[in-house]
Amino acid sequence: MLTVLFDGIAYGMVLFILACGLAVTLGLMNLVNLAHGAFAMAGGYAALVLVNAWGVPFLAALPLVFLATAALGAVMERTLYAQVYARSHLDQVLFSVGLIFMAMAVVDYAAGPSQQFVRIPDALRGRIEVAGVGMGIYRLLVIGICGAVALALHLALARTRFGSQLRAAVDDARVARGLGIDVGLIFTVTFAVGSGLAGLGGALGADILGLDPGFPLRFMIYFLIVVTVGGTASIPGAFLASLLLGIADVAGKYYLPSMGAFIIYGVMLAVLVWRPQGLFGRAGAR
Amino acid sequence: MNRRTLILGAAGLPLAQAALARPALAQEAPFRIGLILSMTGPFASTGKQIEAAVRLYARQNSAFAGRPVEILLRDDGGAADATRRLAQELVVNEKVSALAGFVLTPHALAAAPIAARARVPMVVMSAATATVTEASPFVFRTSQTTPQVTVPLAGWAAENGVRKAVTVVSDYGPGLDAEKWFGQRLGAAGGTVAEALRVPLANPDFAPFLQRARDAAPDAVFVFVPAGVGSIFMKQFAERGLKDAGIRLIALGDVLDDDILNGMGEPALGVISSHHYSAAHDSEANRRFVAAFREAAGMRPNFMAAGGYDGMTLLRMAAEKVGAGAAGQALADAMKGMSWESPRGPVSIDAATRDIVQNVYIRRVERREGELYNVEFATVPAVKDPAKAAG
Repeated sequence: MLTVLFDGIAYGMVLFILACGLAVTLGLMNLVNLAHGAFAMAGGYAALVLVNAWGVPFLAALPLVFLATAALGAVMERTLYAQVYARSHLDQVLFSVGLIFMAMAVVDYAAGPSQQFVRIPDALRGRIEVAGVGMGIYRLLVIGICGAVALALHLALARTRFGSQLRAAVDDARVARGLGIDVGLIFTVTFAVGSGLAGLGGALGADILGLDPGFPLRFMIYFLIVVTVGGTASIPGAFLASLLLGIADVAGKYYLPSMGAFIIYGVMLAVLVWRPQGLFGRAGAR
Repeated sequence: MNRRTLILGAAGLPLAQAALARPALAQEAPFRIGLILSMTGPFASTGKQIEAAVRLYARQNSAFAGRPVEILLRDDGGAADATRRLAQELVVNEKVSALAGFVLTPHALAAAPIAARARVPMVVMSAATATVTEASPFVFRTSQTTPQVTVPLAGWAAENGVRKAVTVVSDYGPGLDAEKWFGQRLGAAGGTVAEALRVPLANPDFAPFLQRARDAAPDAVFVFVPAGVGSIFMKQFAERGLKDAGIRLIALGDVLDDDILNGMGEPALGVISSHHYSAAHDSEANRRFVAAFREAAGMRPNFMAAGGYDGMTLLRMAAEKVGAGAAGQALADAMKGMSWESPRGPVSIDAATRDIVQNVYIRRVERREGELYNVEFATVPAVKDPAKAAG
């Protein structure tokens, strides 16, 4: 059933764009940021304000959402996260969980507890048939955007000067600083981009995943699964893990509806038994 | 002052106090209602609707049988163990005359033993699993039971050309109730359920389930999922082209909750559902209720609000029937068999089961004055909970 495969890919792509920022901060910056979903939620609500209240066209709103959440991420990184880089992982977990609850309360207060809907233009609604395979136009768009983002990210990290500076800063911050690399700035930019991507994911995914104040907690588990399965070291790892999980989840729910909810955890277990460091993890890394 | 007057005075003081205090107690001891709702967490929207309705009622009727009404609101955050603890506090420390609220079935079940032991009536304003009122002889319900609203819809579907259906329900108590009763009623009318799909409660994407429903090519898909995710379901239903494939969508009214219906937009138009309350219900009592609620709370009342408002009506009428000092067993007995005209239409409390008996309406989503409403077009009068009628 190619339609099931298509839906699985679309779902996986949304997971990827939501989780890749977490893969970067957790894998490269060694920061446990459970509040990643809060940035995704912020992106969703930013899209809501832009599209529904201010009448910005949906596609034009997406880059604005990215910029807005990236800016929010940069501010948070400078003021709050910078304080916890050197702390233990437990401190980081407690800190970011606290942030989640604050974010949920703020959204609940400002926008109310109920489900919100970003208005998607009619042109993106509906469905087309290609060679007998029915595909939702919106999901097609999601696949396109997320695929492009994944490719761009991979190239930026693996091929550009900024990418090598980031990797150097992570591997040994002291030596990197000695070589004249502004480690603080690099971390800020990386964190901001990761948050911006989460925001973009929240805006794109709102139509598929829903949007309400419970979002960060509900999806935290999915992000963490993606990062664990993919290994924390690379963009391709997170990408493949997202696709694998998305397809397995959708196909599992289609072919075995009674077991549907457990498939994603089954896949995670199988992968971790086979490769405890994740699909693309470096064995023995950190 | 000599010794004698001092003793006299000391002896007289308690008497005088008692004389002063007793009439005051009878007339002005407040009628305290312990309202336990989920005001935070994923079910907060339900809590807010019920709270607004209860407060509106308390403002419109500030005294029950001459006693000022006092609402003690507690937030269980959606956790049943908290509900139990709060119920105990309210009964023991605050000496409430009645408990009320209870958003989900587990919350009501957690508080029921407290109500039974303390002999304090509790009014369930939302939880909808059929068995809730059997948990204790002090439990009353003013919301609905899932079988109560499901069976009329299945009957309507059978009469309107649905021979083969697919059911999609969330995998939790009320969902399974809905699946079971829909299948039974449709089967009794000669129809079949081709697939009974259960969706995980925290399910983000309906794509695989909808695709499976589509491939089964039924006449209709029956859906019951919580209101929030219901709207996602509706959108994906339209997007996947099930409508164009000639498959009708029928739902329990929960899915088309008045609170969020307007935000669902085009995909919701024309969807058929069954429920006991719609903000568009055509009656004078409802128009007054909706107008007052909108003014007080700034939102449209939904069926939860109706449950809260009627729960208060029930308490007031019972308190007035008993008269001074209404509490405990007497208050509970007065509630049995009570009937009144609610915003949703005529309702009564079944004396045997303590569950609500009410009209169930078949509605269609239409646009009225620029807003989406569930417009009622058929009525099944005075439906009792079929789960208890059968057992």
